[in-house]
Amino acid sequence: MNVLQTIIDGIALGALYALVAIGLALVFGVLRLINFAQGELISAGAYSLYVTRNLPLGASIAICFAVCIVMAFLMERIAFRPLRGASPATTLVASFAVAFALEAVWLLAFGSQGKPGDALYRLNTLAVHGSLDLRWDTIAELGAGVVLLGGTALLLARTDIGLQMRAAAHDFRTARLIGIRTNAVISLAFVLSGVMAAVVALLYTVQQPLVTNTFGLDIVIIALIGAVVGGIDRLWTATAGAFAAGFATSVLASALPAGQLQFQTAWLFLLLLIALLIRPAGLFGPLRARQVERV
Amino acid sequence: MSGAGMRHLRALQTLAAPLALLVIVAAIGAGTTASTQQDFITALISATIVYGLYVFIGNSGVISFGQISFTAVGAFSAGVLTIPTQPKRLTMPGLWSFLAQHSISTFPSLVLAAALGALFAALVAFPLMRLSGIAAGIATFSVLEITYNVLDQWTKIGPGPNALALVPTTIGVWQALLGAVFAAVVAFVYQRSRRGRLLRAAREDPAAARAVGVRITRERLIAFAISGGLAGLGGGLLVHQLGTITVDQVYLELTFLTLAMLVIGGSGSLWGATVGALAISLLDSWLAAAENTVHVFSLFTVTLPTGASDLILGVIMAAMLLFRPQGLTGGAEFSLAFLSRAGAWIRSRTRGAPPTEPEAPPLDHVRQTEPH
Repeated sequence: MNVLQTIIDGIALGALYALVAIGLALVFGVLRLINFAQGELISAGAYSLYVTRNLPLGASIAICFAVCIVMAFLMERIAFRPLRGASPATTLVASFAVAFALEAVWLLAFGSQGKPGDALYRLNTLAVHGSLDLRWDTIAELGAGVVLLGGTALLLARTDIGLQMRAAAHDFRTARLIGIRTNAVISLAFVLSGVMAAVVALLYTVQQPLVTNTFGLDIVIIALIGAVVGGIDRLWTATAGAFAAGFATSVLASALPAGQLQFQTAWLFLLLLIALLIRPAGLFGPLRARQVERV
Repeated sequence: MSGAGMRHLRALQTLAAPLALLVIVAAIGAGTTASTQQDFITALISATIVYGLYVFIGNSGVISFGQISFTAVGAFSAGVLTIPTQPKRLTMPGLWSFLAQHSISTFPSLVLAAALGALFAALVAFPLMRLSGIAAGIATFSVLEITYNVLDQWTKIGPGPNALALVPTTIGVWQALLGAVFAAVVAFVYQRSRRGRLLRAAREDPAAARAVGVRITRERLIAFAISGGLAGLGGGLLVHQLGTITVDQVYLELTFLTLAMLVIGGSGSLWGATVGALAISLLDSWLAAAENTVHVFSLFTVTLPTGASDLILGVIMAAMLLFRPQGLTGGAEFSLAFLSRAGAWIRSRTRGAPPTEPEAPPLDHVRQTEPH
């Protein structure tokens, strides 16, 4: 067992979960909405790859992005905009309901059998081998993680709309008072989460080619709990938390003894619970827990 | 009537109406054919589990996705321990000898299911309840995942990935009714107790409650443990109804279904939990049957594709949150007071006296805190 190998694979999977968490944290930042249905965007993207499997790869990828972005946009318009101003508990349950309804749609449309959605199956080959095995999809995940995390950071730090988004996340009401176009900011947050979902769909299907109706939910649960463990009220702590959860998932898979491998999920979530016990304000949050109730 | 007498009467209605509805459903169920009766038993057991959810979610305002873990623990502990030792050795050879060599009857197994559910809930509540509301809700998911994974894989404590079979089917419609009535009474007593009132105060305004000395973490922990106990009892009833159960039956689908029941009925009141659980459970049973084909009054037949029932429930739930976020019952307890309110309203029209205030604890009760 090569330690360096384990670490590289862990970083690659962590990057993927971090991308999911960016979308979650952006939406949470502006709306205080925990969007369970983000996972369904990933499912939609993955199913679109299956549907367009006979088209040229470029077209297939373009359609995947289009589907994820349009769906993210519509989701906000139809399901979440009317709930603006409802309590976080209400919107959380609503997003859970949306996720379950969409899962039922996938089941109706595609059946319970997994469908192959690995448009980028060519990435599932070794780029480097020898003492260190490096697959192309690992490299792609690392690259996508760096580019998209960096891109989001730049967007937030250097552009006008990014500044507005940060302002809205910091204090939604005041931001609106000083004339920030909150609808544009919210739509952008959802569109960005759609972009991330498309990238995750493209890359995750390389390792898990069979798309079932819970494809996205399984990813989003781990990313979400990771984000909560990291501290979901700030973008970078949420992203780091989800990264840590992905990293831990991958490391557990190679570090657990053979007899314990079947309990990988249990160990992962137990680790996350322990992290919460030690740092209830977030693994990367402030040292002292806040006294005032916040979400 | 005097003020205190009126209050007691109201309190009695709060409990009596849900109990009456449970009895009516049980009585209708008892009069139907054996196969239809199962749907009514399922409805009563669902009500038991939903009362469990209500004790925590309704009183604290914190959403939990983890309560079905306690149902799972209840179902599997009650199931494994009531299977006769003879077949148990054959179907579950990996079982710990203590579990393999003992077999108990239904009633103690239900007590055990509730106790284990409460104990497990209290244990996990320690890390969870220190979190703020929404974060706690999400984190409860990890409990569900751990429970599912362990029950699905650990053959020392259960059947592992196989179905748990040969559990004595001892729960009929009257036994299920008893279970549901017990859960309703526990939920009622808790919500009227000092503890319950403190938690409800914290739900309405966490900052103010804390300022007057309410220890929110502790109150939530207590509610979570009681909730876990009722969910565990529901699991015990469920396994004795079905006789055969897989871990998938007490996982995400049931989590969604029971949450939908609570939200659609109205999570702010015992009456809402009752109405939601019974109505949605019966609807769900009907839809599930329709996925096979049902005859409607022998006039026409309906066949729904697989997955349609979840879609329909998801849409109803989302629509309910959009248009009536306090649920079918509006979050209010059942009350005959609407008669006297109507009288007061008429008098106020004629004499100009102020109308009495209706009381309605909403779902929308988590006070929206401003981000800093």
